[in-house]
Amino acid sequence: MLAVAAMLGLSRAALADALRPYAIVDDAIPLSLTGADGDPARGRAVVLLRQNTCLLCHSGPFPEQRFQGDLAPNLQGTGSRWSGGQLRLRMVDASRLNPATIMPSYYRIDGLQRVAEPLRGRPILSAEQIEDVVAYLATLRDQPGKHE
Amino acid sequence: MSVSRFIAAAILATALILPHADAGEVAFSERRSGSTFMAPETQAMQSNDTANPGMLGVLDGATLWGKTIGAAEKSCASCHNDASTSMSGVAARYPAFDDTLKRPVDLEQRVNLCRVDHQRAPPLAYESRELLALTALIGRQSRGLPIAGGTDPRLTPFVDKGRATFMRRQGQLNLACTNCHDDNWYKRLAGSAITQAHPTGYPLYRLEWQGLGSLQRRLRNCMVGMRAQPYDADAPEMVELELYLMSRARGMPIETPAVRP
Ligand code: HEC
Ligand code: HEC
Repeated sequence: MLAVAAMLGLSRAALADALRPYAIVDDAIPLSLTGADGDPARGRAVVLLRQNTCLLCHSGPFPEQRFQGDLAPNLQGTGSRWSGGQLRLRMVDASRLNPATIMPSYYRIDGLQRVAEPLRGRPILSAEQIEDVVAYLATLRDQPGKHE
Repeated sequence: MSVSRFIAAAILATALILPHADAGEVAFSERRSGSTFMAPETQAMQSNDTANPGMLGVLDGATLWGKTIGAAEKSCASCHNDASTSMSGVAARYPAFDDTLKRPVDLEQRVNLCRVDHQRAPPLAYESRELLALTALIGRQSRGLPIAGGTDPRLTPFVDKGRATFMRRQGQLNLACTNCHDDNWYKRLAGSAITQAHPTGYPLYRLEWQGLGSLQRRLRNCMVGMRAQPYDADAPEMVELELYLMSRARGMPIETPAVRP
């Protein structure tokens, strides 16, 4: 019940205007969407905020979070498995890598059906939030406890 | 990801892009009511009439059943007599094909058609106390009986449309009902058991709502969760979805009024 309520929340920071352009190279977006590095501490807060939906599906190194989903891989160690550029593409549009994925595309506005009226034309997260999340995920190394 | 793994993923992806190749309906033998996912206390609350808060709605419905209303000065009982006999098995086969409208109507719409056509009274609002009470009363008379939704052959095209809606991705999260309820029903979305979305117990008492709610209200909750634009209450898509869900649950016993977390 908590779950569906959490999906309800709107990301106020999401941009109303067009997306910033980005280039995909192999399975990555090598360059920052904003031209700057994200902030890992802010990124952790974005991931933990229920309305941003990550914890509906994922679990991770967040002992203080009571409700974590099990529809998706544990986020522990993602920074060891993927480069920043690879993480960026997975956040921006995971369906480019796996069209059958259930992971939402967090920085995409095209090709979606029946989006709730107030959210139309906006990505789920802003470019700044994507960069913060990428910076945070990159700190999630296989050795727990180091950068969390 | 290595280049070879990327290529492998791309090949896999091409295979999966075929319509619904990623979605298989829950196997007939694996079907489980939402109540089987609940804590024992919640199950006990549902099965014990004196503890089940939905029974208050049923009692309320029994009073309304006998109440004379409208320009025709008739009660439900004037035409249908004792609900415990006349309404037995009715909810199990709704939504049903309406001969005049030439399309399926759900139980809520059926009650309102009776009000307007036979009682000459205004229709009840969706999710109003009265409509929930009357549908709870009617649903209660099918408790334990097997769901027989969608068996009328005239309903087939509508069941198919409902299935298509269930399989179609929608909303800002770009999810389809099937992604959760066929592919991941045994998992948890944050703290909640996902379940197989069988509409066995509606209208039901949901602890989160602190009240009775219809199947449509439940479906709208999921649509809002997907960040999709919910369908209007009388949109054909809504009845088609209800009908598809009832046909998917064919043979499962009615639990109305059920309790859900
Ligand atoms: C509706 C489910 C869902 C939601 C919500 C979701 N993900 Fe995912 N995510 C998945 C699935 C499933 C995978 C596995 C890969 C795939 O299916 O493409 C995945 C993969 C990932 C990966 C790669 C993991 C690995 O080690 O391979 C990262 C990183 C990730 N998600 C981060 C996030 C973040 C951050 C959020 C929120 C902003 C989020 N996800 C929201 C379902 C989800
Ligand atoms: C992201 C996952 C997700 C999606 C997508 C989803 N649901 Fe649900 N659904 C849930 C969860 C979780 C519950 C359990 C209720 C709760 O605790 O929130 C639920 C409950 C239900 C129930 C109640 C079952 C019962 O036992 O009473 C029905 C019916 C249902 N969903 C139908 C649908 C339909 C139809 C769609 C598409 C329009 C849909 N769902 C999309 C997650 C989802």
